[in-house]
Formats: sequence, C-alpha cells, structure tokens
Amino acid sequence: MAEGWIERRGPIPRERTHQAIASREMRTKWRRLLDRMGGIAMGGLSIGAALLVTVIVTALLVRAWPILEAQPLEELLLGRTWHPLEGAFGFWPFIVGTLWVTGLAMFIAVPLCTLSAIYLAEYAPSMVQQLAKPLIDLLAGIPSVVYGLWGVLTVVPLIREHVGPWVDRRLGDVPLFSTVANPTGYGVLAGGIVLAVMVFPIVISVMEEVLHSVSDGLREATLALGVTRWLMVRKVLLRRALPGVIAAVVLGFSRAFGETMAVLMVVGNVPQVPRSLFDAAYPLTALIANNYGEMMSVPLYDAALMAAGLFLLLVVLGFNLLARSILRRTARRA
Amino acid sequence: MKRSLLWKIEEIVMKGLMIAATTLALGCLLLILAAVVWKGLPAMNMAMITQAPRGGYYTGAGGGILNAILGSLYLAMGATLVALLLGLPIALYLQVYANRSWLAGLVALSLDVLWGVPSIVYGAFGFGLMLFLGMRASLLGGIIALSLVELPIICRAVGEVLKMVPFELTESAYALGTTRLEVARKVIVRQALPGITSAVLLAFGRGIGDAASVLFTAGYTDHVPTSLLRPVASLPLAVFFQLATPFPAVQERAYASALALTAMVLVISVLSRLASNRLSKYVVK
Repeated sequence: MAEGWIERRGPIPRERTHQAIASREMRTKWRRLLDRMGGIAMGGLSIGAALLVTVIVTALLVRAWPILEAQPLEELLLGRTWHPLEGAFGFWPFIVGTLWVTGLAMFIAVPLCTLSAIYLAEYAPSMVQQLAKPLIDLLAGIPSVVYGLWGVLTVVPLIREHVGPWVDRRLGDVPLFSTVANPTGYGVLAGGIVLAVMVFPIVISVMEEVLHSVSDGLREATLALGVTRWLMVRKVLLRRALPGVIAAVVLGFSRAFGETMAVLMVVGNVPQVPRSLFDAAYPLTALIANNYGEMMSVPLYDAALMAAGLFLLLVVLGFNLLARSILRRTARRA
Repeated sequence: MKRSLLWKIEEIVMKGLMIAATTLALGCLLLILAAVVWKGLPAMNMAMITQAPRGGYYTGAGGGILNAILGSLYLAMGATLVALLLGLPIALYLQVYANRSWLAGLVALSLDVLWGVPSIVYGAFGFGLMLFLGMRASLLGGIIALSLVELPIICRAVGEVLKMVPFELTESAYALGTTRLEVARKVIVRQALPGITSAVLLAFGRGIGDAASVLFTAGYTDHVPTSLLRPVASLPLAVFFQLATPFPAVQERAYASALALTAMVLVISVLSRLASNRLSKYVVK
C-alpha cells in the first residue's frame, strides 16, 4: 500500500523542494518566536504572582498609614480601649481574643491530631487508611460557614446547658472557669472547639504525610530489636518526624489564626480582654468582618481596620514562612 | 521482664487513646455533616431552590435562595476561570521554562505564602482595590477577590499534577525538535488534563464556600444576578445573614441554605475525584 503511494507520486521537482525548505525555515522561525513570546508572557504572569504578596502588603500599608501616623505603634497594639467614635483604637482586646481562641483550638487539636495521624499512618488496617484519606480530604472542603452553623447548633447549646453549669458547680471559684459573666455559651470555649474541629483535616493530613515520609528501613530496624510498636513510634519515628509535626501544627495555627466566619458566629463578639474560658471574645478577623463597610463616616476607622488586616497578614506570613522552612529542611534530610 | 510488661501496657493504653482520638476527630467531622442534613432536610423544599426572596422574606414570608445559589455559582465560576487563566500559565512556566531557576523558587515561595493568607485579608485588599478603581460592591469585585483566593490553590494543585507527567515523555518530544511552548501545550497539558480538571473542581469547591472574601466585595442582594457591575448574593452569606435574624422560620432557611451549600461542595469534591479517575484512561502511562 505504502509503496504504491510513493510510485504514484513520482520524483519531486527541484523548485518545489526549495520552496519546501524555505517555508520550513519560516515555520521554524515562527515557532521559535512563538516559543519566546509564550515564555515572556508566562514569565510576566509568574513575576506578577511573585510580586503579589508585596503588592498586598504595600496596599494594606498605604491604606493603614493614617492610623499608623496618628498613633504610636505600641499604643495601637497594646491600647485597651476601643472607642472609634472618640478616636481610641486599641487592638489589645482583639489580639488577646484571637490568641485565646487560637491557642485553645491548638491545645485541643494538637494532641488529638497527633494521635490520629500516628494511628492512621502506623496502626490502622489498610482498609481504614484507604477510607480515611479521601474522607479527610472531603471534610477539608466543608465551608467555614457550615462549621460555624454546627457551632451555633451543637457546641453553643452544649456549653450553655451542660458544660457550663457542670464546670461552674465544681470549679466556679477558679477565675479561668467562671461562667458568671457570660452564661450564654457564645465565647472563647465555643470558638476554640469549632476552630479545633476545623483544623483537624489539614493538620491530620499534613502529619500523616510527614510520618509516611520516614523511611521504612528505620521502622523495621527498630521493630527488629523486639520493641513494641508504640516504643518505636515514640523513640524513633516521632523524633525523626518532629520538625514535620511541628510544621503541621504551625500550618494549622496560621489557618486557625486567620479564620473568620466560623469564629465570628460563635465567639460572642464583645470587645474585652477575656478572663475566663466562658467569656465572650472578639478576634481580629471578626472585628474586620463585622465593621467593614459601615465605618466610612468615622475618621481613621477604615485605616484602623486595614491596620488590623495588615497585622493579621504579617503574623500569618511569618508563621507560614517558618512552617515552610522547617518542612523544606526535613525534605532535604529525607 | 518487668519492663517489657510495662511496655506492653503502654502499648495497649496508647493504642486505645489513638483509636479514641481518631474516632473523636472523624466523628466530630461526620457529626457536622449529620447536623446539617438533620436540620436542613426538614426546611428544604422546591421553593427554596427555585425562587428568589419575595417581600418580607426575612421575617418569614415566601420565597427562596435562588439569588444566593446563582450568585455563588457565578462568583465561583468567574473566579475559577480567572484563576485558571492566570494559574495554568504560571504552573506551566515554572515546570517547563523556569525549571529549578531562582525565579521558580521565588514564585513557588510567593504562592506558598499566598496559599496561607486568610481570605478576610484578600477581601480587605480587594475592597481597597475597588475603592481605588472607583468600583462598588459587585459581581466583578467578588470575582476579583475570590480569584485571588483561588489562584494559589489552582497553582499548587496544577503544579503537583504537572510534576507527575513522565520525564521520558517530554524528553522524547524535545528530541523531535519541539519547542518548549509546544511541549507545554500539546504534551504536558494533554497528559495532565485529568489532574487539571480535578484541580479546577477543587478550587471551584473552595471558592463557592468562601465567605470572608466576598463579604465586602460582592455585597448582598435579593435579586437574581443580572450584571457584572451589580451586587450579588452568595450562599455562605445567605447562611450567615439568615442565621443572624431572630425569627425561627428564617433560621430554618439558614439550615436549608447550609444543606444546599454543603451538598454542592460535596458533589463537586466527588466529581473532582471521579474526573481524575475517569479521565486518566486517556493518559499515556
């Protein structure tokens, strides 16, 4: 078949060959040009992405500048009074509120997530592992509003009706556990629990990945010495994977730190420095979300909220860079 | 002898704790789904998803959340499209053109950092940008802010997929005299198509559930979206606002809205999994 085709075509005339070569050269030039242009366009986009962080920081800085100029930084960050109408912008209650809620969330989430990640990576039967992984991915996608709704429906009533009274009866005299000021259930504890549940999927999946990256040889060599599995985990695996575990915790922390809607819905939103687990708090993210848009008439209010955003951004940036550098160092060692 | 007994006890106790922790963690998460379905299903009906709010909706009168459903779909679709148009070239550039150069490192670092930026900060930045451009809260503004949220997600997910394209395949293409752009367009993108599809769906699912970034940029309205320059409603904000009202009948609708939102997100998530499984049969292995 192929032979017949060649025979029918016969020899190619000379000038046609020249034409073909010339047009092929043109084509090659054109393709090279396209290649170069494509590279420049895509490279430009990439440089844009690289600069985006700087652009965002600069934009927030510019918009926050009036307040940074009007008040010294320590007064802004450590000031305790928040009366925008009188020009008093102290972020301290909000910063403390954020730290309380985030800290409590991590206090709950870290031990639970570490144990679950170890179980899923080391102990669980392979069927459970294969089932748990997509499930955790799926749950990581649940919108934060839904977590907040769950908090309002389940966690807040539980605290108001059961946990609060129970704690009050036993530990009511300890200031940390006092429910006197705020018996509604909306407060630090509810915010902490909701946030903890929110960071479960991300922390568990990062930790599990980190544990999987430890070489099997190390595990088998340790187990061959005749120790129990837990001893292997505690003495070898966790030590080896410690930086990665810390990075997972830091990632979870920065996720919780910047979370807005779910916290906003359950935390009570009273601008005060919380003294008890049951007190209402007012995290920075909730401050921005609640007040943005209606603050145009008050001088400096807009700048103050932008300063809050800038502060959030810088803290989260710091934590992310920290987690990243830890993860990269472990990756290089493994 | 004694020590080994201790170890054994420790093993049993720790294993028990681990199983308890895993059950608790997964249980809590499943409980959330159960709570949403449990509360949302009784409040769900056809009017909820086929009608926009009528007069007096927020005190309990008739209507539904079609405005929010459509608004969320438009917002997420627009943002995903923008994020894909920006993100795919970036991921390709990093993989094909700038492999292992300092620029690639810098861009990857920047994207990592962007990935962790809270969406409320994107919202605030987007709003500042809109004020600067003289825009009002609108579908377009929401799309801009949301595409910033989705960009790092798409870049990261697509980048992971592009890394999986076999080295031999691109090398053989280069050996035939192909340019980098042609390799990117005709080999890598085709080979990675299933993964790219699932990355797009992942970003879409993230975008549809994000509330903090569209809070000021997209606004809220009771009308079904008609124009890029008008405000739009979105499902997460519909949940939020309806839950904040003091009327139980409206709060019920918040549950139904949350159910609609969760169902959409879960369907998208499952689709994304199916996409990467089904489409992978067209891939050179």
